[in-house]
Amino acid sequence: MPLLEISKLTHRFAGLCAVSDFNFAIEPHELVGVIGPNGAGKTTVFNLITGVYRASIGSIKLQNQELVGLTPHQITSLGIARTFQNIRLFKELSVLDNVRIAHYGQIAYTPAEALLHIGRFRAEEKRITNKALDLLAIFKIDESANEKAKNLSYGLQRRLEIARALATEPSLLLLDEPAAGMNPNEIIQLMEFIQWIRQTFSVTIILIEHQMRLVMGICERLVVLDFGATIAQGLPSEIQNNPKVMEAYLGVEVAS
Amino acid sequence: MSSFKAAYHALLAHWHTLTGYKLFWPVFIIAGLAFCVAVDTYGFVDLYLQLILIYVGINIILTVSLNLINGYMGEFSVGHAGFMAVGAYVASLLTVHSFPAGAQNLLFPLAILAGGLGAAFVGFLVAIPSFKTRGDYLAIVTLAFCMIVKSVLENIDAVGGPRGLLGMEKLTTLPWVFFWTALSVWVIRNLVYSNFGRGVLSIREDEIASDLMSVNTRQVKIIAFVVSSFFAGIAGGLFAHALQFINPRMFDILKSTDILIMVYLGGIASISGSIIGAVIYTILLEILRPLGIWRMVFMPLMLVLLMIYRPRGIMGMKEARLFTPLRDLTTEKLWRQKKKEAPDASA
Repeated sequence: MPLLEISKLTHRFAGLCAVSDFNFAIEPHELVGVIGPNGAGKTTVFNLITGVYRASIGSIKLQNQELVGLTPHQITSLGIARTFQNIRLFKELSVLDNVRIAHYGQIAYTPAEALLHIGRFRAEEKRITNKALDLLAIFKIDESANEKAKNLSYGLQRRLEIARALATEPSLLLLDEPAAGMNPNEIIQLMEFIQWIRQTFSVTIILIEHQMRLVMGICERLVVLDFGATIAQGLPSEIQNNPKVMEAYLGVEVAS
Repeated sequence: MSSFKAAYHALLAHWHTLTGYKLFWPVFIIAGLAFCVAVDTYGFVDLYLQLILIYVGINIILTVSLNLINGYMGEFSVGHAGFMAVGAYVASLLTVHSFPAGAQNLLFPLAILAGGLGAAFVGFLVAIPSFKTRGDYLAIVTLAFCMIVKSVLENIDAVGGPRGLLGMEKLTTLPWVFFWTALSVWVIRNLVYSNFGRGVLSIREDEIASDLMSVNTRQVKIIAFVVSSFFAGIAGGLFAHALQFINPRMFDILKSTDILIMVYLGGIASISGSIIGAVIYTILLEILRPLGIWRMVFMPLMLVLLMIYRPRGIMGMKEARLFTPLRDLTTEKLWRQKKKEAPDASA
């Protein structure tokens, strides 16, 4: 049974068709890349899956549960987490708090217990703090736990964003251009890092990326979008030689 | 100079150990309450000074509670006076019309509580537009709310209409003000240093990201508005029974502006800042009273200068150690302990 199944997904922005008739399924533990030129609708697909936009037509099912119509936090609690193209950390808050906030859905105490600091409050806070510190230690950013997120270096901010997403305990992780602004060396490290995350946290990953080296290197399957339409799906090697993809990406080939 | 510096650091270290004790706050609160009761019973502080202290307390409640919305959540609410009005009228109507004359003193806390609950209910209603509106637009909504409250009160003859309401006994005493002030500061600090408080902060930082990190932003906004307006209502009830007279004009946009000034003077997203802001503003206004009309030139001028040289207020985005729960201060210790137990984790 597929983990996520998207069928006939269509979304329009005031006449502009951002995504049209998008069909897609992903099995558990797969790593699939979504590629396409700028404005192809890749991030829109992520926004539709996570509930930031409400799909006009079509259905998105996570383990047979319909996601269209749910709010973003409900979808996140069901097990879909994401990162952002332009890093969206809580900049003025500490690294630790960034991760603790992502535990929001897992806390068992009520607002009344929080206001009076009674009941399950202390035990739960301790549990969450410990969990968050453990996660930070795994990602090797625990040294900066009390630092403000905005003071981290760019690479560490990207790492923290992934840690924060994993703190929501997802089964499906959506990475939106994780390699943006990285040099070739860092991209190679990132490839290993993504593989490692996938094994350590046993998550399924969908990845949006422009860096062909990264996509071809780690994705098992690719989906190519152009102007909202799916123009190709298949193995990286197939995609590489697909004339339609080449046309969309590089323009029509001119004999020279 | 260096000896001065050394002395300062020694003092600071002592201060840190002192505030590090678990008993600091319980002792401080009991002592404060005892002092207030003593002042109230034996009257060794003159009445004018007592009244100023009462206003300081009321303003602290207003500032801390507004800071929850404007500082911690990063919204811009200008309707705080409206919540205050609801609390003031509900509490006053109870003490004037419903409570038996003999038991006023005994039932006073109930009246204040009812005022708070009434305001909290209205705060719940105001939270609903905040689901969709942000920033300037929410400011307009809260402004409209403030005007609605005022004109509704002006048009109900049963509560005195524009003439206002009187007949309250002077029930607001220093110990009660101290009690409610301590309670509001404690509860709001508790909220800020909890899961829901972190949710409030994350809405300020990035609402969409916070929603995508499983924060139930609607729930968080409702909690913030309800708690904030509850304490505004409490402050309103205390205010009404300190002044013994209220009318709708007291709770117009100018009153909201006063509270906003205290919030931004003390610093956003800071409980210690709110307290400092409320104390300085209230006391300075009293001290400058001899200046007459020039007071209203001097005060704004001071604010302009403050905003130029300290744009985030005195304590903006900072918190005194005293108001940070020990638990949060000791996370670093917790982490070091963890490292010691599992040294391979860092390798």
